[in-house]
Amino acid sequence: MAVATPPAGPSATTVPPPPGRRPWGRWLIAGAFLAPAALFLGVWIIYPTISTIIRSFYDRDGSKFVGWDNYRELFTSDTLLTAIRNNAIWVAVVPILVTAIGLVFAVLTERVRWSVAFKTAVFMPMAISLFAAGVIWHLMDQKDPDIGTINATIGAVYDKVRPPGALSSGLPSSSALTGSPSSGLTLAKPVPAGGVATLGLTGIPPDQVPEGARQAVRPPPREGAVSGVVWRDFKPGGGTPGRLEKGELGLPGVQVSVKGANGGGGGSATTGDDGAFRVDGLAPGDYRVSISSATFREPFGGIDWLGPSLIKIPGMGAYIWVWAGFAMVVIAAGLSALPRDVLEAARTDGASEWQVFRRVTVPLLAPVLSVVFITMIIYVLKVFDIILSVAPGSTQDDANVIAVALWRTAFGGVNDFGLGSAIATFLFVLVIPVLLLNVRRFRREN
Amino acid sequence: MGVATPAEELAVPVVRERTSARVLRVLGRTPVHLFLVLVGFLWLVPTVALFLTSVLPSDQINSQGWWNIFSKPSLFTWENYREIFNNDAITSSLLTTLWITIGGTILPIVIASAAAYAFAWLEFPGRDWIFIVVIGLLVVPLQMALIPMFSLYNDLGIFDTVISLILFHTAFALPFAIFLLRNFFAGIPKELLEAARIDGASELRIFLRVILPLGLPAIASLAIFQFLWTWNDLLVALTLGRDTQPITVAIFSQLRQFGSNLDLIAPASFVSLAIPLVVFFAFQRYFVQGILAGSVK
Repeated sequence: MAVATPPAGPSATTVPPPPGRRPWGRWLIAGAFLAPAALFLGVWIIYPTISTIIRSFYDRDGSKFVGWDNYRELFTSDTLLTAIRNNAIWVAVVPILVTAIGLVFAVLTERVRWSVAFKTAVFMPMAISLFAAGVIWHLMDQKDPDIGTINATIGAVYDKVRPPGALSSGLPSSSALTGSPSSGLTLAKPVPAGGVATLGLTGIPPDQVPEGARQAVRPPPREGAVSGVVWRDFKPGGGTPGRLEKGELGLPGVQVSVKGANGGGGGSATTGDDGAFRVDGLAPGDYRVSISSATFREPFGGIDWLGPSLIKIPGMGAYIWVWAGFAMVVIAAGLSALPRDVLEAARTDGASEWQVFRRVTVPLLAPVLSVVFITMIIYVLKVFDIILSVAPGSTQDDANVIAVALWRTAFGGVNDFGLGSAIATFLFVLVIPVLLLNVRRFRREN
Repeated sequence: MGVATPAEELAVPVVRERTSARVLRVLGRTPVHLFLVLVGFLWLVPTVALFLTSVLPSDQINSQGWWNIFSKPSLFTWENYREIFNNDAITSSLLTTLWITIGGTILPIVIASAAAYAFAWLEFPGRDWIFIVVIGLLVVPLQMALIPMFSLYNDLGIFDTVISLILFHTAFALPFAIFLLRNFFAGIPKELLEAARIDGASELRIFLRVILPLGLPAIASLAIFQFLWTWNDLLVALTLGRDTQPITVAIFSQLRQFGSNLDLIAPASFVSLAIPLVVFFAFQRYFVQGILAGSVK
């Protein structure tokens, strides 16, 4: 219990002691005020820290001394190396982004009158547990664009730029049509101007028949035009392939292109509710009629954010969502403490806002920025909850970080306390520079 | 900022030029306003998304996006919330969370204020050195304590109890709490303490009657912090509890079947974050002060 038996050091008197009391009496009083804290720090932090370090040199149940074996495993096992590598990515990406975003927000809100509303919105996630934040983003990042907000947003834009086709599947109903949905389906025999083309498709499930489809109708032929019909060549009971029968539906919205068989002329048309189409103004001759592959273009299917290759992004995104507010608030406080006259002087000298920001604001803020940055490094090294809730079970191995690996090794099934202790000690060693930095800063200030 | 004073408008042309430059600057800031509106809105969307998902009918929660509620308001239902409040596992988890949070907030504050008083105003050998130890403990990851405490709790027979979780949270709250309160207490005017001491007040009396009332703002900040910290904990409860499940652990155990349990996960998660949010909005000022005192100092 290092706290209870302190090393001898200089003692500073803050208030002259009341007369008449012996020093050890005053020490006793101080001891009484300190004792509960000393007990807690000793039993719950100092003892376990020492114990964990020692334990890291023993095997899984603590019966055998194994030297550096656990550490060797820490740096050779694939799982743990992945965790360390992922954590390194987190440390490289997240603190810098959080600090940068916080800085941008703080600077932009500085002279905005309604900044309180903005700051509240951005700061609010700080009150939410990282675990719940992970649940939120697990939901936001679902692959299905019908549920996942991110993919729904991307999908809305994507489908505007590249509209999905009227059909998502469909096969030729007879050998009259050749090709495939991905390359487009073409009638094997060219159709002369004034002729009628019949393009029968099968393999379209009832729920994928476009809305508004009616009984297919074979349009009458017309001079100087290729007319035709695209229909679902199937009715309850089957029907005869290649023949347009009663009970078979036209396929609306299908893009049909008509091209001169020898290269010249042509046009395109979209089928109506009865599946009929017509391309007018054609010179005499033969024409190739085809259903373009755009008809079969799939709608946006969603990006698999929570899949193995991208899973780190949602995790880091969620983390930044939570912590940006912290950075913003701390940096904004630092900003408001900056000497106004220096900034104004720079502006009066004709510096642009960007120059003021780059050459005056940022250098003056450096101490605050480094506090935010270092704080974030400490937290990011220990990131845990958000991984467990953002990453689904199937990709948690890909999202693994040190704290998660530690928990899984020691408690989540493996139950190897020796290796677990080594991972914990490794984590501890990583924060020691910050520990020393804190101590140095305190001693300088006092 | 940006608004010209009458004096400037009446002044020489050079100044008037500056005024117009300012008008331009205000106009030039319109994109900034738009950007901030957009970002502020984006920052709110995820939380709103969770809430609106939680009020979708349970049979459609997996097929409907929450945004469909705007076009089909009839989808809105409290059914999922009725379900979770009738679910004993969830309600008892919420109670467990509450007990852990109350204990884990009050206990560290009491213990840390006493210690902080000693560090700030009492004289004893090695005071600065011991305080440096406390500062050193600030960044010790609580992961360092999990394995030994797991064993110790089992040996003592207090594993999987609310008390053992409170004690753990208390210990790991102390370094920051002592640090924060000591800095605040040290700023209390010396004369107040001297006067009390000359009047013959005991240290305990000074602590209770002078320090604590004056230290209330810092204690309030700390209380908010601790409340949020313990309420939001997952790791400690997951490791040192089994049947003692706070709400985070209860939801965690449902996550494996995210799709089929979303009608429970969404409302339970929202309840679990609504309470800290209420605390946050009620005491936002203290929360921000605490963050600033803790990080910038």
